[in-house]
Amino acid sequence: MYDFTYTKPSSVADATKLLAADPDAKFISGGQTLLPALKHRLNKPTTVVDLTGIGEMRGIRREGNTLVIGALTKHVEVETSAEVKAAIPALAQMAAHIGDTQVRNRGTLGGSVSNNDPAADYPAAVLGLGATVVTSKREIPADEFFLGMFTTALETDELLVAIKFPIPEKAGYAKMRNPASRYVMAGAFVSKGPQGIRVAINGAGPCVFRQGEMEAALAGSWSPEAVAGVKQNPEGMNGDIHGSAEYRAHLVTVMAKRAVASAG
Amino acid sequence: MPQVTLSVNGKSHTVEIEGRTLLVELLREKLRLTGTHVGCDTSQCGACVVHIDGESVKACTTLAAMCEGASVTTIEGLARPDGTLHPMQEAFREYHALQCGFCTPGMVMSAVDLVQKHPEGLSEAEIREGLEGNLCRCTGYHNIVKAIAAAQDVMHGRRETIAAAAQ
Repeated sequence: MYDFTYTKPSSVADATKLLAADPDAKFISGGQTLLPALKHRLNKPTTVVDLTGIGEMRGIRREGNTLVIGALTKHVEVETSAEVKAAIPALAQMAAHIGDTQVRNRGTLGGSVSNNDPAADYPAAVLGLGATVVTSKREIPADEFFLGMFTTALETDELLVAIKFPIPEKAGYAKMRNPASRYVMAGAFVSKGPQGIRVAINGAGPCVFRQGEMEAALAGSWSPEAVAGVKQNPEGMNGDIHGSAEYRAHLVTVMAKRAVASAG
Repeated sequence: MPQVTLSVNGKSHTVEIEGRTLLVELLREKLRLTGTHVGCDTSQCGACVVHIDGESVKACTTLAAMCEGASVTTIEGLARPDGTLHPMQEAFREYHALQCGFCTPGMVMSAVDLVQKHPEGLSEAEIREGLEGNLCRCTGYHNIVKAIAAAQDVMHGRRETIAAAAQ
């Protein structure tokens, strides 16, 4: 790992000022993705800005029909939160199966969503629930946030502060993990609620995406059988040594079925 | 050079570090606490697991600078000062839960956190799932799982000694 300067601001304003002044600086929270990337020398930040001292980015609270989760919230906190389990049990269950215990004890919601790894879990929940991403500058609907592989609508000096999840009537998540790496081969987060019927697919393509045909099928009948007949086009799906595009396309339908079944 | 002040196994240390220094490097190279191992160095194998403020983490994927003010426990900090082993260490010995021993410090630290978080008790399947982040390449998992099952009874006061649990 190349060396860098380490700094720990205590407010969102101070953190974003550092990034505005130096585009080669990087934010860190849990570091479970950034540190492995730095070890591979995939990135050479001048300064690493530790966000964990920023109180305004913490906390889980319910505001009416919305669950607001601070960006610094660790996966283990979402997994064990009584508030999350009561409002969106599928989200708590999803968090409980990210990485392993030690990763969940460090990794954060904001880090996962900002990074937008195609095989990450949280982007599927954010898109599948139609959440709103709250940043240091604005509020971005999920449909406009995830732009491509490891790419989001965030500007260089823009910081993800919290995510507002609308509380659905039903929601479910299912994923097929690679047996060795445990990353998602294909996953589906489905929900029915204030944002309509939504099906978000992760792991299978270069970026999380909505499966419109499955959403239409579920609008007709909310049942696993409704999505069972919808085939995902393998064109544009990821193909690698772990699985072909055709295999991942097949998994999309299977995971969607399982997600609807788990949503009930 | 920047400094970090942290508590390791109950003792306060102020250590000079670089921004990029990892917690595992601080422990092994600065404090010479070499019980914490580096296996894969890619946060998969769990040989480097230590506790930060009571939570198990991978020390190879934690910046030392981010541990300012933290309380760190390593494998060296589990036994009592008189040398009496922690019940989890005793159970690993009793059940022969190690072959080459490389993964053992991380296994023990993960297991202690797992058991502490589940006072209601863990089934064999839950123990196996809880070890997701630790790899043993001797494939000694069966005895590791048995050791953890025995240790949880002692740690939660349901049995007095590991030997009793073994019977």
